[in-house]
Amino acid sequence: ESVAHFDRAVLLFQAWLNEKFSPELLENKSELVECVMEQLMHMEENLQRVRKGDLKASVHRMEIDRIRFVLSSYLRSRLQKIEKFFPHVLEKEKSRADGDPSFLSPEEFAFAKEYLANTEVYLKAVALRHMPPNLQSIDMLKAVPEPCLDSFVFLRVKERQENILVEPETDEQREYVVDLEEGSQHLMRYRTIAPLVASGAVQLI
Amino acid sequence: CVNCHESEAKTEGKSELIPTIKFRHCCLLRNQRCITAYLYDRLLRIRALRWEYGSVLPTTIRFHMCAEELEWFNQYKKSLATYMRSLGGEEGLDITQDMKPPKSLYIEVRCLKDHGEFEIDDGTVILLKKNSQHFLPRWKCEQLIRQGVLEHVIS
Repeated sequence: ESVAHFDRAVLLFQAWLNEKFSPELLENKSELVECVMEQLMHMEENLQRVRKGDLKASVHRMEIDRIRFVLSSYLRSRLQKIEKFFPHVLEKEKSRADGDPSFLSPEEFAFAKEYLANTEVYLKAVALRHMPPNLQSIDMLKAVPEPCLDSFVFLRVKERQENILVEPETDEQREYVVDLEEGSQHLMRYRTIAPLVASGAVQLI
Repeated sequence: CVNCHESEAKTEGKSELIPTIKFRHCCLLRNQRCITAYLYDRLLRIRALRWEYGSVLPTTIRFHMCAEELEWFNQYKKSLATYMRSLGGEEGLDITQDMKPPKSLYIEVRCLKDHGEFEIDDGTVILLKKNSQHFLPRWKCEQLIRQGVLEHVIS
């Protein structure tokens, strides 16, 4: 059982780093979140049974705090991106096909919808209703910027990749291909390696 | 509206007005953008207040907010509370806590104002009197430190 716990903590750690360093909202991992929450509950229960003042108690306490911090930070990263890109996040979720993986958990989806409604009501009440008739609405998809997928990210390669196409940076360059060796680290445009983050082939650092 | 004015101008033979109409419309759009940018920026700061101060805002700050902004804040914190309650099993997870990675288990804190009695996990009750110092579990103090009741003493 402790092996499974360790794996989940490692998976959470990886998901946390990816979410922190990625410019866009990544695939939703509700199952992992649920498992980690369960794990935290068990650890808290075990902690109650240990004698107070025992050194083990301090170590367990530290471990619980550490995991809870990473989990909270992970969820905060997601919420921040949902709020920052709210019209685009909602649009993406609405237009995905039934089989595709979800980017928002049902609760995150509800939160995003409420955020949009709340903001629209506010802008209408304070400003838009005072404007000329043809200017009383705002297209949120145009008003709110999209995530910048061309930002550069640091990554470490977990599974060897061949023939990754790299776009030219200047007019003099031409596009070229690279092979990404396992264990190597690179600084690249997020857009180039986005699918590799989703598949777990690279880890953002 | 722009279209009406434009078509009116065309039918009445005053097509030289069309550039003026278009120009006026651009100015109005720009004003709309500036106003919404200003208002939205305020919302972002108000949103940050929830994460910094908690659900209850100090009166000095509330004084600077209009009724609609207060309403937005209330709706936002309700949405956030609903979301946090939905996390995990029973009570959910308060993700406005644990803002910093845990460094040590217990920290030395000084009380900046009278806060009355404070109970910690093993049942002991601490009296938080102004200027008293205590050695307390870090996770219990976080919120009070952010609210300005306690101060982390780093010797």
